Amino acid sequence: MPEADFRSYYGRPVLKPPVWEWKIAAYLFTGGVSASSALLGAGADLTGRPALRRAGRLGALGALMASTYLLVVDLGRPERFHHMLRVAKPSSPMSVGTWILVAYGPGTGLAAVAELVPRAVRETLPARLLRRLARPAGLSSAAVAPAVASYTAVLLSQTAVPAWHEAHRQLPFVFTGSAAAAGAGLGLVCAPVSEAAPARRLAVAGAALESVAARLVEHRSGLAGEAYRTGKAHRLRKWSEYLTIGGALGALLPARRSRAAAVVSGLALLAGSALQRFGIFEAGVESTKDPKYVVVPQRQRKS
Amino acid sequence: MTDEAARTDPATATGYGEHPPRVGFFTDTSVCIGCKACEVACKEWNGVPDDGFDLLGMSFDNTGMLGANSWRHVTFVEQPARPEPRRAEAVDLGLPSFDLPGAGTGEEGRTDFRWLMSSDVCKHCTHAGCLDVCPTGALFRTEYGSVVVQPDICNGCGYCVSGCPYGVIDRREDDGRAWKCTLCYDRLRDGLEPACAKACPTDSIQFGPLDELRERAARRVDALHEAGVSEARLYGESPDDGVGGDGAFFLLLDEPEVYGLPPDPVVPTRDAPSMWKHAGLAASALAAAAVSVFLGRGSR
Repeated sequence: MPEADFRSYYGRPVLKPPVWEWKIAAYLFTGGVSASSALLGAGADLTGRPALRRAGRLGALGALMASTYLLVVDLGRPERFHHMLRVAKPSSPMSVGTWILVAYGPGTGLAAVAELVPRAVRETLPARLLRRLARPAGLSSAAVAPAVASYTAVLLSQTAVPAWHEAHRQLPFVFTGSAAAAGAGLGLVCAPVSEAAPARRLAVAGAALESVAARLVEHRSGLAGEAYRTGKAHRLRKWSEYLTIGGALGALLPARRSRAAAVVSGLALLAGSALQRFGIFEAGVESTKDPKYVVVPQRQRKS
Repeated sequence: MTDEAARTDPATATGYGEHPPRVGFFTDTSVCIGCKACEVACKEWNGVPDDGFDLLGMSFDNTGMLGANSWRHVTFVEQPARPEPRRAEAVDLGLPSFDLPGAGTGEEGRTDFRWLMSSDVCKHCTHAGCLDVCPTGALFRTEYGSVVVQPDICNGCGYCVSGCPYGVIDRREDDGRAWKCTLCYDRLRDGLEPACAKACPTDSIQFGPLDELRERAARRVDALHEAGVSEARLYGESPDDGVGGDGAFFLLLDEPEVYGLPPDPVVPTRDAPSMWKHAGLAASALAAAAVSVFLGRGSR
């Protein structure tokens, strides 16, 4: 592609780069892990797979706690995080996301705590009550989980950042696919081979969705696609693709027999998902630094 | 109020009943002399901190861009002038000449150029991206139609920074909160004009009710066109552009991107229905996948 001809103010950027740091990219990953772990945990609960259930519920809570930490410390004024709760604003994906997480948290927490009751107190009344509540809690968490995994795509797209905005049709599918692959990866790492069949299937489905949608992002975002195809974003996403597809192949074949292979496949899927999120984040940041991503498409639109 | 008023008047659309007319800036860059009195007056009145002694080495502009600590920014563009139609030159007959070395003044080799100067500011958009995405309600629409950050509410999430299609608002490093032009909200309530407009010695920055400013700007463009300045054009005055028109608009003498302005900015919120629709489809796909992986027969 020839270098686009355009004018600018001394080559300086038109837009401000996002002030978000690596923590937000990391949150995109941990949020996805939590959501699909919650789904696996609820499914395992209903189909009698206790080890997968435990992995799913604890993974969902652990990743949610990591998410909360990352979101709060990325604020310019972390001690004011609760100001998010003073309004509910449909025009702000971050406000919508806040309330999605508020709806998601309690069920996720309760289902996970039920897995942690020590044997000694298992038959006490509170523990029995908790066990009774764990299934509806886990199901409520699973009901909100798809929203947790997908709203983050809108969070990025509803900005003036060219690479994120122009990819708004494909990004949600990359994100839910990536979430599915990552949560399934955690299931493969933590659950025995005998219970992990649903995680293996989810790994393949998620990896396929992520890989296809990730390719579409590169080719259907106009000039902004270049931000995905070049530089650090490209390197991160290339490795993401290798790891995700490798992990899915592993889940398809050797992970059905060998626990060690399942662990390796699961780790590859987790790493692939994380790199995908960091790659997308990086592409967005790059697209704000070069004025061509702003000026050239807008100029074409006007003429 | 009519639907038309609700569409074009942001204070009405926000729900203010009785409210003063929408006010804003008309910045006529054709009379800007680049004195930066606006930058200084803004800093003084609003107590905006300095951001260090930083020489950018590209022009007389050492502010560089709007940001948390620069709510007015004067751009300096130095460019070769448009080639003027040449008068007929003397015909060279090929006779030997006897110019003495150093007799020329250097003037004959000089090319004409022009300076474009413009004082940039927050546009106070009719459809403001920063306001739409703010999750705390720290950013709000005033009764004057301007957009203002409440520093006691802002928790520094940074979403407005990426929501602005003009790259205006930014987070202050040592403070953690987002800052930008308030259109001197405090002065407006006391019946004063904003500090930058007050300080501008050439009336390049004009403050007033937006309707009046738009009429005045149209007359000014016509006058410039009649005077032969065909490149004069308005930027941000049309209510039909991607942000519903700016509360602060400009008369420019070149393409907007030459001044560091986006040629066709669009509020990111405009595509929100499509974004949520695709997110809904992707969420459904995830839910369907999660259910179906447990339905398969398979080896448990």
